[in-house]
Amino acid sequence: MDSVLSEDPVALKILIAGGFGVGKTTLVGSISEIKPLRTEEVLSDRGIGVDDLDGVEAKTTTTVAMDFGRITIREGLVVYLFGTPGQERFWFMWDELSYGALGAVVIADTRRLTDCFPSVDYFEQRGTPFVVAVNCFDGADQHSVDDVRIALDLDDGVPVMLCDVRRRASAKEVMITLVEHSLRTLTAAG
Amino acid sequence: MSETPRWLDEDAGPVVRPYALIRGRTRSSGDNLDLIATVSAVGEPPADLGPEQALILRVARHPISVADVAVELDLPVGVVRVMLGDLRDHGLISVSAPAAAGSRPNEGILKEVINGLRAL
Repeated sequence: MDSVLSEDPVALKILIAGGFGVGKTTLVGSISEIKPLRTEEVLSDRGIGVDDLDGVEAKTTTTVAMDFGRITIREGLVVYLFGTPGQERFWFMWDELSYGALGAVVIADTRRLTDCFPSVDYFEQRGTPFVVAVNCFDGADQHSVDDVRIALDLDDGVPVMLCDVRRRASAKEVMITLVEHSLRTLTAAG
Repeated sequence: MSETPRWLDEDAGPVVRPYALIRGRTRSSGDNLDLIATVSAVGEPPADLGPEQALILRVARHPISVADVAVELDLPVGVVRVMLGDLRDHGLISVSAPAAAGSRPNEGILKEVINGLRAL
């Protein structure tokens, strides 16, 4: 066991999920310094027909970039953001990332709402606190928020909100809503 | 960056495949290191250290997360974990698990995070 010193920094993880092109990278970039984090994907059957493996039979992994952001609250208290690819084939990454995670933001696009179904299912099953942030593409409004709640069949306690991931203030509001929700979940669990 | 020759851009692929840096191994005692575990260099680095390992010890002079080490080295997380496992086995780094791993952080910390986010 590594000894735990009292001055050890506290690090928290927040996941940013949602379908392809929904604004994960933009959200992370709006609120933190963003860097690409390279990770490996094990090529599975799903990759066949997509990735041409002729001549590279020995290659079983390929590199995937995750969005990685860091918000320093104070010295010794840091929040890390991980933007994860939304497709099911990347779930091996989610299992690691969601372990001990403070919570998750699922970004939704009302024009392609089904894209965020897998993320919502995943966090519900894992018991990870999450909020749904409806990105304001194409003039989404309060009506959209209600529709999204119904369409995703969300528990009443799960916050759903409008956001514009390009705006720092909006990105901040999403993060604050998530942490408040995590805090409520924590308190309720005793 | 500007001194990088044009024919060695990212499209050309790395000159040395990442896994060659760790002698083709994909497993080590560092496999399970959390992405946000904190790494700190300890002790005196030996002279015969590889350049990547030496770089890890340099960036870890102040506590740094595993994910940040991977970003600094621009190497895949899996490769960095193997190197970190080796360095830990040799007593050159110490690793502390994130305080929040496995359990949710306490109320006070979360309130501090909320206030900190508001102040951004």
